[in-house]
This record gives sequence, structure tokens and C-alpha cells, in this order.
Amino acid sequence: MDISTQTTDASPPTPQPSVVQQKRNARGATRAGDRVFLGLSRGSGILLLVIMAAIAVFLTYRASLAISKDHGNFLTTFEWNTNLIPPSFGIAVLAFGTVVSSIIAMAIAVPIAVAIALFITHYAPRRIGGLVAYVIDLLAAVPSIVYGLWGGLILVPHMTGLFSWLNDFFGWTGIFSWDGGAPRSMLTVGILLAIMILPVITNVSREVFRQVPQMHEEAALALGATRWEVIRMAVLPFGRSGVISASMLGLGRALGETMAVATVLSPDFDIHASLLNPGGGTFAQNIASKFSEATADGRDALIASGLVLFVITLLVNGAARIIIQRRAEYSGANA
Amino acid sequence: MSTAAVADKRPSTLQGASLPKWSPYAIVGGSIVLGVVIGLVGGLDSKIQWGLIAGLLYVFGTYGIAARVEGKRQAKDRVATSLVWVAFVVAVIPLVSLIWVTISRGVKVLDPYFLSHSMGVVADSEAGGGAYAAIIGSLEQVGLATLIGAPIGILTAVYLVEYGRGRLAKAVTFFVDVMTGIPSIVAGLFILSLMLIFDMQPFGFAGSLALAILMMPVVVRSTEEMLKLVPNELREASLALGVPKWRTILKVVLPTSIGGITTGVMLAIARIAGETAPVLLLVFGNPFINNNPFEGAQSSLPLFIYQQYANSAGANAAYDRAWAASLTLIAFVMILNLVARGIARWKAPKTGR
Repeated sequence: MDISTQTTDASPPTPQPSVVQQKRNARGATRAGDRVFLGLSRGSGILLLVIMAAIAVFLTYRASLAISKDHGNFLTTFEWNTNLIPPSFGIAVLAFGTVVSSIIAMAIAVPIAVAIALFITHYAPRRIGGLVAYVIDLLAAVPSIVYGLWGGLILVPHMTGLFSWLNDFFGWTGIFSWDGGAPRSMLTVGILLAIMILPVITNVSREVFRQVPQMHEEAALALGATRWEVIRMAVLPFGRSGVISASMLGLGRALGETMAVATVLSPDFDIHASLLNPGGGTFAQNIASKFSEATADGRDALIASGLVLFVITLLVNGAARIIIQRRAEYSGANA
Repeated sequence: MSTAAVADKRPSTLQGASLPKWSPYAIVGGSIVLGVVIGLVGGLDSKIQWGLIAGLLYVFGTYGIAARVEGKRQAKDRVATSLVWVAFVVAVIPLVSLIWVTISRGVKVLDPYFLSHSMGVVADSEAGGGAYAAIIGSLEQVGLATLIGAPIGILTAVYLVEYGRGRLAKAVTFFVDVMTGIPSIVAGLFILSLMLIFDMQPFGFAGSLALAILMMPVVVRSTEEMLKLVPNELREASLALGVPKWRTILKVVLPTSIGGITTGVMLAIARIAGETAPVLLLVFGNPFINNNPFEGAQSSLPLFIYQQYANSAGANAAYDRAWAASLTLIAFVMILNLVARGIARWKAPKTGR
């Protein structure tokens, strides 16, 4: 034992009569410091709220300018001719395309993402699971424009086989009929969006599945359940709300995705029954592709469509967060 | 296959009715072979279809065989396992393809010339030119966005964790969460609406502002998580020594979690570095070098990729440049990610548990 350090450590605290006095003196100074610091940090928080409010206010203002000039019906017109005098434009096609592409993306991505989350947490050996989780994390970081480039140059040519097969067997439904054009259609967009939102949904679901109480699973196993029965009886019911909110986060991303849609879709301004024939459009894609040729009125019109997108994503994300927040989180601080 | 053959097998296995360990692999191999055969015989040209057929054969084959030998419950279990594996493989294929294509096609024109020259007067369909202007633009815009977004984000997180109680904190938490989901193009439109009011032309800093808006909520979330990991004992010890709260935060809480905060900021930088939509609206793109982010149109790497793709008219030279720029961007983002994770592991706060 090192005696020297011990003696210094153990040196009795000399009672200082001025401690109280010092504290009182210090208090005045600290109060000022505390106030400044609290002001700064609270100010930043308020600034965030102000930005959100400003986004809503300014978009609404510009949108109202555009809509007042709109000769068509903003909700139902099937065209986007902002350079006409008077301009005529409506969001019906964009709303339809946005919803359809997102639904396709969700239908593909959610089951696969949940399966991968289960794979990571319950099926794969621990090491492989960790590796897969890491890779999925990295893939969430791949910029959307790269997905877009890959989608436009690699995925699109690879879709012809699937499209002709779908057309052969399900063409009679009308939804899957195909006239043989380039497969730059809603289905391709949906598939690309599914690939893009997969990491988001997987990551959140994985966290939820990991929180399933071990006891529940062990109880099920002890009753003789197979692994699948454990998942169905213990894991999925526990994780349901988490999976729902994860899906909604993914949905929010799919709704607002711009570049990947703009690079893959060959748009027009009509609603098509077939998912395989090119055409249609989404809010974000329309803004990106129409922007460069838009005049002042045209830009306001695009801002108006952006406002609709903003409101939709706000609702979806808000709902997702409310579901998540119901699960009270334990934290080290403020426990 | 007759039931007699299965019944004959039963006594030979120790556990009675259970498939041997190698059976999943055998079924995988068998269904892949069958899938290829069907693909070849049926003349299906798409390899994706071959894979789909093999996958279906695998799932149904597993169920059929397992149901016969082991019973329905085990069969369901095996099908679930096989479905999970199929899902994993299905998801990995496009991701591997993405990485592979970007690297293999990106290295074609990615050389020092590409990184140190701009497009200038090189037509989009011609070979040559490079992404220098785009790289400069990206670095400046992202750098300025970080200077704005990171401090505000960190301070907000400090407020939420250290001071936040009551309605304001709840509102901030909720809207930070919602803000995370704002589409990047909407952030771009917001700044655009301001620029329209003041009748401004595109310039780099406008893009930075939009990127900062996208960055703030990400920084807040990650910093919040990190601050929550700091044990309360540390704060209490510091406060008990008479250290004022703001000094406690600056000298105890932030240094303890600095690794995690840095990680969060770097991940946020990685995220905004790849954003295209706001840059497209606000910075416009510029084939020439413009070092001044406060005046005149600039370019940026993601925007460069998009414009090379969209204006190429099918010219391979432009596609090659787009892939090379993609590779540059991915390399930048991945390096940021890896370094950030490295810092996180290295500087992880010791929670004492």
C-alpha cells in the first residue's frame, strides 16, 4: 500500500468557517452563469419550435398566393400547367402516386424488415447478428441519390423479367397489365423505396424485439413452444406497437423521398390503373423535376404541393411518435 | 416419396421424429438446383425469377418434408425459420448489388484528375471533367450547416435533459421527433419561400440553412441519448461540492459524453452530406468553381450525381462520372460513419454498471 498517497488522501478536511460565506458570494456569480446558460439552451429549444412554426407559416403564405391564382381546382385538377395564363394545376395525381408508391413500399418492406429484425435478435448466431445489424446501420447511411442512381441504371433494366411475368399471369387484373414500355413505373418506385426504408424499419423493430422480457420467452419455451411459437406468443405481441411506429417512420421517409423517385419514374400527369406502365408522379418528385422550368408562379405552386406533403408527413410522424412515447422509456438521468 | 420410407428412417434417428441437422442445407441446395433447372427449361431470362422459384421451392419443400417427418408444429417452426432466412437473403441482394456496382463502376474514372478538376465547359456527354467544384461546394455547405446546426442541437439537448421539465420541454421533445421526419425537400421549400420573399438568387449558404434544419433534430436526439447515459451520481457529486449547475454541465456532463456527442454530430453530417433535394432547389448547381458560398450558384456532390444522371441523355461518360461521384460520396459518408462509431466505442461513458 502506498502510504504517502494515503496520508494525503486521508488528511482531515480542515473546517473552514468561511465556507458558508464563500457559497453565498459564489451564489450571485453562479446565478448569472446559470441564467445565461439556461437562457441559451432554452433559447435553442424555442428556436426549434419557431423554425417548425415558420416552416408552416411561410409555406402556407406562398401556397395561398399560388392557390388564389389557380384556375383549376387545387385538389382535383389532373394537370400541372403553371406557365399557362391563368395557371391551372392540381395535386390529385401527385397524392395518388405518393400514396400508391408508399403503400407498395410498405407492403414489401415491413414483412421483410420485421423478418430481418427477428433474424438479428432471435435466429442468427450472436456474432452474425451483430454483423448484420452493423451492415444495416451502414446501409441506412447510403445517400438517397445513390439509391436513385442505382435504381435508375441497374434496377430498372432488371425489372423487365418480373414485369412480363406479372403481365402474363396477373395482367387480367388490370393492376398488373403492362404494355412493354420501360419499367419506370410506380411498382419499380415502390420496390426501390422498399429497399431504402428497409434499414429504418429494421433498426427500430430490432430495438423493440431486443427489449422483450427474457422471462416471457423462457416461459413459453418451458411450456414446450417451438421457436416460432415463442415469437408469435411472446415477441410479436410485445413488439407490436414498436413495429407499427417503426413502419410509420419508414412510411414518413417513403412519402417524402425525392431523388430516388425522380431518377426512376418517368412521370406524366394522369392516374393509371396499372402499376407497371410508366406514369403518375409523387409530390416530392414533381417538385424536383418541375422546379428548374418553373416561373415565379410555378414555384409558389410547387410550394403549395410541398405544404400538402409537409402536413401529411407531419401527421404520419406525429402518430408514430405518439405510439412510441406510450412506451415509457427508462433513462439514467431524471429517473 | 412413400410414407414407408419415412417410417423406416424413424428408428434409425435417436430423437425419433426429427430431421437430420444437414436437412435445411440439403433442401436449400435441392431447391436452388430445381429453380435453375426450371428456369433453364422454362426459358426464363431473368435470374430474379430463378431465385424466386428457388425460394418458393425451399419454403414449401421445408414445410412438406418437415410436416411428414416431425409434425405440423415443427414444420411451421421450420417454415418460419426458412422465411426469415429467405427475407434476409432477399434484402441482402440489392444492397450487395448497390455497393458492388458503385465500386466497380465508380473506380473507372475516379482518379486525382477527377477529384481536382471541374466540369467547366465539358459537355455532359463528353468524357473528362470532374467533381472538384462539387466537392468544394459540398464541403462548404455541409461545414456551414454544421456550424449552425450542431451547437443549436447540442444546446437543445442540454436543455431537454438537464433543465427540461414542464410543457415547453414536452413540446420541444415532440416537435424534435416530428422534425426528424420532415422530408428534405420541404426544408428546401421553406428556405426557398424566404428567398422568394427577398427576391434572392440561389447561393450556397441557402442550402446550408436547409441542411442545418435537417441536421438539428438528429443532433438533438443523439446528444439527448448520450446525456442520459451520464450517471446521475456524477452530477450529484459535482453539485454537492458546490459547483454551480452550468459549470457542472460544462465540466462534468459534457466531457463525460463528448465521445457520444461527437459521434452523433458526425452521423448527422453524414446524413446531410447526401441530401440532394434542398441543394437542387437552393444552390442550383454550377459546372464552374465557385468558392464563395454566400454569392452565386454552387454545386455539391449529390447534386452533381443527379445532374450527371439527368442531363446525360444516355451518355456513358456522364454515367461514369455519376458513379465516380457516388463512390466519392459513399466513401466520405462511410468514413464519417466508421470514425464516428470508432469514437463512440473508444469514448463510451463508463456507466459503472
